Amino acid sequence: MSTATARQAKPATMAQALQRAMRDAMAEDPSVHVMGEDVGTLGGVFRVTDGLAKEFGEDRCTDTPLAEAGILGTAVGMAMYGLRPVVEMQFDAFAYPAFEQLISHVARMRNRTRGAMPLPITVRVPYGGGIGGVEHHSDSSEAYYMATPGLHVVTPATVEDAYGLLRAAIASDDPVVFLEPKRLYWSKSDWSPEAPAAVEPIGRAVVRRQGRSATLITYGPSVPVCLEAAEAAQAEGWDLEVVDLRSLVPFDDETVCASVRRTGRAVVVHESTGFGGPGGEIAARVTERCFHHLEAPVLRVAGFDIPYPPPMLERHHLPGVDRVLDAVARLQWEAES
Amino acid sequence: MTVEERPEAAYRPTPPPAWKPRTDPAPLLPDAEPYRLLGTDAAAGADPQLLLRLYAELVRGRRYNTQATALTKQGRLAVYPSSTGQEACEVAAALALEERDWLFPSYRDTLAAVARGLDPVQALTLLRGDWHTGYDPHEHRIAPLCTPLATQLPHAVGLAHAARLKGDDVVALAMVGDGGTSEGDFHEALNFAAVWQAPVVFLVQNNGFAISVPLAKQTAAPSLAHKAVGYGMPGRLVDGNDAAAVHEVLTEAVGRARRGEGPTLIEAVTYRMDAHTNADDATRYRADGEAEAWREHDPIRLMERELTVRGLLDEDTVRAAAEAAETMAAQLRKRMNADPVLDPMDLFAHVYAEQTSQLREQAAQLRAELDAESGEGTHSAEGGAR
Ligand SMILES: Cc1ncc(C[n+]2csc(CCOP(=O)(O)OP(=O)(O)O)c2C)c(N)n1
Repeated sequence: MSTATARQAKPATMAQALQRAMRDAMAEDPSVHVMGEDVGTLGGVFRVTDGLAKEFGEDRCTDTPLAEAGILGTAVGMAMYGLRPVVEMQFDAFAYPAFEQLISHVARMRNRTRGAMPLPITVRVPYGGGIGGVEHHSDSSEAYYMATPGLHVVTPATVEDAYGLLRAAIASDDPVVFLEPKRLYWSKSDWSPEAPAAVEPIGRAVVRRQGRSATLITYGPSVPVCLEAAEAAQAEGWDLEVVDLRSLVPFDDETVCASVRRTGRAVVVHESTGFGGPGGEIAARVTERCFHHLEAPVLRVAGFDIPYPPPMLERHHLPGVDRVLDAVARLQWEAES
Repeated sequence: MTVEERPEAAYRPTPPPAWKPRTDPAPLLPDAEPYRLLGTDAAAGADPQLLLRLYAELVRGRRYNTQATALTKQGRLAVYPSSTGQEACEVAAALALEERDWLFPSYRDTLAAVARGLDPVQALTLLRGDWHTGYDPHEHRIAPLCTPLATQLPHAVGLAHAARLKGDDVVALAMVGDGGTSEGDFHEALNFAAVWQAPVVFLVQNNGFAISVPLAKQTAAPSLAHKAVGYGMPGRLVDGNDAAAVHEVLTEAVGRARRGEGPTLIEAVTYRMDAHTNADDATRYRADGEAEAWREHDPIRLMERELTVRGLLDEDTVRAAAEAAETMAAQLRKRMNADPVLDPMDLFAHVYAEQTSQLREQAAQLRAELDAESGEGTHSAEGGAR
């Protein structure tokens, strides 16, 4: 343990924090197994599982045949027999062959067995755009997962949370879809395992920046965008609060609504499509709970309702600081109309 | 244990008459060794024109691979999965098809598409990033280069089946890697094809790895070609670096399909000389010297030796092939070095036949942003004050 600690005592990237979370979980609990395409010798295409096969052996960190339905389907059986599989889907859009297993089995096994057969499976999915990936490498698939009862859906935005939430996901007795914002894989923080990050309970949002004039509700890859927008908005006299959801299911109504009640205005920001996207659900919940506190409708800033564009056009699709600020400006709607 | 040895066997129900296992799967089984032509006596019978054509295409294909890889280093291509070492499969596949046939390539099969006549630049749009598919699939009858693994295989089966229903003698050739054979879609496609006797040829390029995972971790079958037997179609094993052999085996399979005799699964045994893509680090999983050992068996060298032995390779031929390849590379470089002109409004142009009201709204929003951007010159927080 100490050698690895020394090796990592520098600022860590999100990818390293995730790797460390799996490593610690595997060391503590022999039932934790990592599996997926290229997770062993290569250490994953993003190197998130780097070193695990070497340290724990190929039975604990396994290069599987190339078959997502097979990977998740066998994980179901392994979990039935008492293991805790941590499954890697190589990219967002390559998880789709596994949807049948996820939706028809992983999500509902506890329910259909009246609680007799919980499935403690963590499905890690690198997701989202902004890295110049070619087609099928940039989808934001969270709405599909959110629409499936029985799954937890978690997405970290910071290095610390990457560690804390992945530990919690692996420890969870329910299946967790753990969405890793791939454009934040190389983001850094001073976090080091010497000062171990806290294990974050799943289901709690956090206020990343306090403010009075409006709340930006966001998660994953859009958190840094919102923080930047909040800084920029100061010049316009807006003091924005930024709430990082961290967990989409369960949803932390309490933290979100407490914030919106304070500020009276809210914008939901995410890069997944707006129509039928997570923002619709979030806006509805906020409206239902905070109607009398709202000074303006809850607005959404989302990706366009198009298939994810080719990399040379993705900057036009991804919600950036300007689009967030535009929405913030529209929060003055009463005065204008 | 045989049935007779067990007393309770008498209670085993007799299978109903309709259920009859195929008694002789032998014609379906692949040979133990990959089929080879170059360097064998049989090669004397190969058509010299064909060999020379294959040679020229191999040389051009190799040059295409090195040029495209160089373009990734200059940032002109987001990514390039090179097929260096595998050119024989690519080229022979394309040349085995008639014009009316269809090709269903994977992301690595740009060379097959180019050998079939596709504009070399259009073949790269997916990898450059300006659009997902830079060509009209109907023009050369080449489906979009497919990134999700094995998903193009059922498409090929469906197209071939439809063509047959219409009375057209069109064949579909579907290409997939060794890793892709583990996907469910591979199995479903083979099964459909066999049940429907669809005119499809499946070509597996077994290049040793799926990114980092070697074949031994992908399958326990004696060969990938053996998988055909279980579906009821012939499996063929061929040396994937021997362009003449690949061409012969593919041509036979295409002919079978065209005659209505059903699908074939072909495994071409080859080796991926470069990393998975330029972004991959092959030293993590490749044994030292392994690639070197394959250099002796390089597809271009094999062909050169054969042509030399047969007295078909003179200096002029070599120079002509090299020059043609160089011209192609120079043009590719030049055209790829020009910035593509993109219209961001295209984002909304092809989502539906008719734009939805939401998309019209979003298009107007982007138009306004672009106008503001060109007016202001830079991004700013100004939008917030509007
Ligand atoms: C459904 C799916 N899962 C995962 C991937 C990611 N991926 C891209 S290429 C590749 C390896 C493919 O290997 P193989 O089929 O042998 O073809 P090769 O790259 O060797 O030509 C993987 C895992 C993908 N493209 N699609």
